Amino acid sequence: MEFVNPEGLRLDGRRPTELRQIRAELGAVAKADGSAVFEMGNTKVIAAVYGPREVRFEYSMANFSTGDRMRRPKGDRRSTEISLVLRQTMEACIMTHLMPRSQIDIFVQVLQADGGTRSACINAASLALADAGIPMRDLVTSCSAGYLNSTPLLDLNYVEDSAGGADVTVGIFPKLDKVTLLQMDAKLPLDIFENVMQLATEGCKAIATELREVSNLMKEINIVGEHKAIGISARGIKSYARWFRLQLCPDCCYTQFLSP
Amino acid sequence: MLQSKSFVKKSKTGRVTKVVREHYLRDDIFCGASFCKLCQQKDPRFLSSSSSPILVLDTNVVLSQIDLLENPAIDDVVLLSIVLEEVKNRNLSVYNRLRALSTNPLRRFFVFSNEHHKAAIRVAAQWYQTHLGAAARVLLITNDRDNKRKAIEDGISADTIESYVKSLGRPDLLDLLVHPASEDMAMEDVEDLRPSKRKIIFTEHKPMSEITSGLHRGIYHQGKLRVNRYNPFEAYVGSESIGDEIIIYGRSNMNRAFDGDIVAVELLPMDQWHEEKALSIADEEDEEEEDVHLVPGSADDAPRTTSQVQGSSGETTPASSRPSGRVVGIIKRNWHSYCGSLEPMPMPAGSGGVAHALFVSKDRRIPKIRIQTRQLENLLDKRIIVAVDSWDCLSRYPSGHYVRTIGEIGDRDTETEVVLIENDINSRPFSSQTLACLPPLPWSVSSEDLLNPIRQDLRHLRAFSVDPPGCKDIDDALHCMPLPNGNFEVGVHIADVTNFVHPGTPLDDEAAQRGTSVYLVERRIDMLPKPLTEDICSLRADVERLAFSVLWEMTPEAEIISTKYTKSVIKSCAALSYIEAQARMDDSRLMDPLTTDLRNMNSLAKIMRLRRIERGALTLASAEVKFQIDTETHDPLDIGMYQIREANQMVEEFMLAANVSVAEKILNHFPVCSLLRRHPTPTREMLEPLLRTAAAVGLNLDVSSSKALADSLDRAVGDDPYFNKLIRILATRCMTQAVYFCSGDLSPPEYLHYGLASPLYTHFTSPIRRYADVIVHRLLAASLGIYKLPTIFQDRPQLTSIADNLNYRHRNAQMASRASVELHTVIYFRKRPTDTEARIVKIRSNGFIVFVPKYGIEGPVYLTQKGDKGGGEWFVDEQEQKIKKMDGSVSFGVLQTVTVHLEVVEPQPNRPKLQLTLV
Repeated sequence: MEFVNPEGLRLDGRRPTELRQIRAELGAVAKADGSAVFEMGNTKVIAAVYGPREVRFEYSMANFSTGDRMRRPKGDRRSTEISLVLRQTMEACIMTHLMPRSQIDIFVQVLQADGGTRSACINAASLALADAGIPMRDLVTSCSAGYLNSTPLLDLNYVEDSAGGADVTVGIFPKLDKVTLLQMDAKLPLDIFENVMQLATEGCKAIATELREVSNLMKEINIVGEHKAIGISARGIKSYARWFRLQLCPDCCYTQFLSP
Repeated sequence: MLQSKSFVKKSKTGRVTKVVREHYLRDDIFCGASFCKLCQQKDPRFLSSSSSPILVLDTNVVLSQIDLLENPAIDDVVLLSIVLEEVKNRNLSVYNRLRALSTNPLRRFFVFSNEHHKAAIRVAAQWYQTHLGAAARVLLITNDRDNKRKAIEDGISADTIESYVKSLGRPDLLDLLVHPASEDMAMEDVEDLRPSKRKIIFTEHKPMSEITSGLHRGIYHQGKLRVNRYNPFEAYVGSESIGDEIIIYGRSNMNRAFDGDIVAVELLPMDQWHEEKALSIADEEDEEEEDVHLVPGSADDAPRTTSQVQGSSGETTPASSRPSGRVVGIIKRNWHSYCGSLEPMPMPAGSGGVAHALFVSKDRRIPKIRIQTRQLENLLDKRIIVAVDSWDCLSRYPSGHYVRTIGEIGDRDTETEVVLIENDINSRPFSSQTLACLPPLPWSVSSEDLLNPIRQDLRHLRAFSVDPPGCKDIDDALHCMPLPNGNFEVGVHIADVTNFVHPGTPLDDEAAQRGTSVYLVERRIDMLPKPLTEDICSLRADVERLAFSVLWEMTPEAEIISTKYTKSVIKSCAALSYIEAQARMDDSRLMDPLTTDLRNMNSLAKIMRLRRIERGALTLASAEVKFQIDTETHDPLDIGMYQIREANQMVEEFMLAANVSVAEKILNHFPVCSLLRRHPTPTREMLEPLLRTAAAVGLNLDVSSSKALADSLDRAVGDDPYFNKLIRILATRCMTQAVYFCSGDLSPPEYLHYGLASPLYTHFTSPIRRYADVIVHRLLAASLGIYKLPTIFQDRPQLTSIADNLNYRHRNAQMASRASVELHTVIYFRKRPTDTEARIVKIRSNGFIVFVPKYGIEGPVYLTQKGDKGGGEWFVDEQEQKIKKMDGSVSFGVLQTVTVHLEVVEPQPNRPKLQLTLV
């Protein structure tokens, strides 16, 4: 099948190195300490963070998230594997040593799946953690890239993902320029792999700027609306004011961010 | 801008799902016009605006008029991506040709991705008009009346393709037009004016739904139709559902199917299974007849005689032998364009107008095709290419249109071109990208190559090459060195082509596509560019060259003690021809080291050969001929049998041994992805004609195994020296050709090479002229750990498709060489009518087929006049394979020697052919 036509356009009209449209929203779950909804094209993920308590991670897919509806029991192999991977990724970025004997629950659910769910989960969790004001080394971002028709493609959608080519998921600390997650299905020659990974890393950086914009927007809302920040301070970890800034009153943030 | 495409899909199990896909609409898709000021595009395709309008084509135009579009007169065309998409779904070959047009830098075809810009065709045309404004005229070309009307209502200038081409005022372009079916009526006058003219000649094809359900219920059988190359009124459909071939007799049963079409066949009732009349040379309803042709080299080339001996003494052979059927529908057409010429016809009165003519394809399997032309006088004596458009069940012949002219009939260059086109051989010069992959000239072995640890320095060895005289692409060299322990070190050194042809480069892709070099009588079409074949890779004398070597230690009894494979650097000390090598060996006065080496090798080769024959290898014979060509005019001067010397056999023996050793090595390392070569065991049915002929001359052949066959062939010595060779030639043509395959596709017992009686075989020794050898070189290098295995070897289907392509190219190359020899035979005999000795190889009801050993040709000799339906005077005895005169005065038996007269006749102007008559 032809995934990139000779004019250089992919099936959905993107060029090989273009991301899908990204939307993000903080504080989607009022009750949680931090939450976010993250969308990459038709992939939509919701993440909720409760904590800090001891780190745990849970991944599940909504029954209605894919085209054909099926019951997905919680502890299936795929979910368990992804939960483990995501948990390790997030653990690496959260400064856990500052929160001994505590627990952070991150709940991520895929609302709609169209390829790249793993990356979307990481991005959503990252935003939700920031929303919850949990101290992190950096905002982890993730993006996938593949290799089809002898072309490296950024951010695969479902059709491209299921084409049987290689699928490289990369997670990085954009500021520290460090890789925290690197996964690949199928095989690739080493030289091509490097190109594909490079592309995925570029994608991660692009997503990072987007996510920071979301955070900054939140900050502005915070200042303009003069809302009282709550969160970590109430839980007694006062000294991390850097993350304080991102912390918002969930109620206001939700309503305000949606209105403009 | 983001939009979603959502649609509902029903899966195979009947589940309905809704699929939502993103659809991005972009603002960076440019219009492709160089004069456009709004778009910042990098490489605009259209030049100026002034003279010709920019054409926006509708799908129906593209699908039917591709030949017209390929004409350079049509340019400045916008291909919309939705049009392309639909063309792709409807007809892939048209799509590929369109894609070739749009990437050809000389043509101004621009693909506008309107799907990601704006949707419909009319809207795209309108957008172009407003976008470019007054700078250009945009013309929407559609054959859909409704579409045209709507377009004009929307203020877009629109036209049909016919009126547009007419407005160009180029009559030759009009010939390229495909006419819609409604205009067919006018063409009727081409056919003979019988009263029953409008009657339905063919039965209607069944609708697709009926075919599908019929296939499902087992009433119909699906398969690829293959027409007998020697009798276009007979075809076979290989059907998986009944596990046998279905024979289809006659054009009406074939029901408008072409060779290569996928068809649905219905079996005829059992009592109609033997429709074929007695085997006469020319079919009754056939106006064509069997031509004189080259002797077939194997069963693949030979005419197929399907019916068994029909009981002449009234015994009823069981009719169940082969099922016959008729075509009820065509699932997939295999129409493409065909080479041939127009049937001679008188000039129509009002010349300059439209004339209707019948086109006769060079390929006999294709029926005549009706075409319309306005340039009849130009085309009558030309070889032309014609494409088929449709075949109505009311007409006897399919209708088509003229595509292009190749040249004059009978002209050697034209006819050679025809041979190449017919066999799908790419004779175009290599592209600049391909040539860019070559190392700079002059090339020589560098110190890096010498220092490379993978490469062994074998320059000190006394290597030499033995090839046909005048050979420039020398891909193998040999050496033979006595060792102190009395054994010999024997080496086969093969040009290291893979050192220069790297996987994935344009050079490699081109070579893979060509598959093999093609040897015609007067020219050679290379697989690799000339600098590689004749210089850099060629193991010429006294120059250092890179090689891939197989080194054996052999006892004087030619037992292989050890085998070593290595990349090497060699320096050949002599490039001998077979004749020179033979002369050196025979001249007992010569005692120089090279000659001693030759003699040692020859004695080893003889032992190896003997051992191989003991194992059951067949010594097959072919009736290869060689031309002497005039260097100036390229006309053949002389023609003669190709002589095989001991030196040929010596080289052959070591090449076989190297191939077998390499096959073992690569299969050992890569059990599922090795490229090997196998020769299937012939079935008893295939050997039937041989047995019948042998029985007629009182010879009993044992065909139970290759060993038994080889032995009985050895025993078949007649009273004259040529008898044995004749029997061997007949045996050879009963067998199919050896084929390349991927080792993972078959089980090890099937790897057998029957002819060589070797359980494993591959091709390693000619990488300059065969791509299979290039692959094997890479496999061998990978198995030695020199390079890593290219990715395609990890993909079995891909390797299988490469093997299929190689088999196809290999076969085409052989057919082309044969056709080229046939062509030159006709040219040779045109000036030299000759009487010569011939052998009868087959008896027919109105004559017999003879084989002329001296010129390697085969053809019919008629005893009765054409039109006179045999029978009368002559009587055929099938059992004894004899044809007798009724009064018993004259009789001819199979394998009997007769003298025939060879002459070129022209029954129709411009159609010379070779005729054989009994003297």
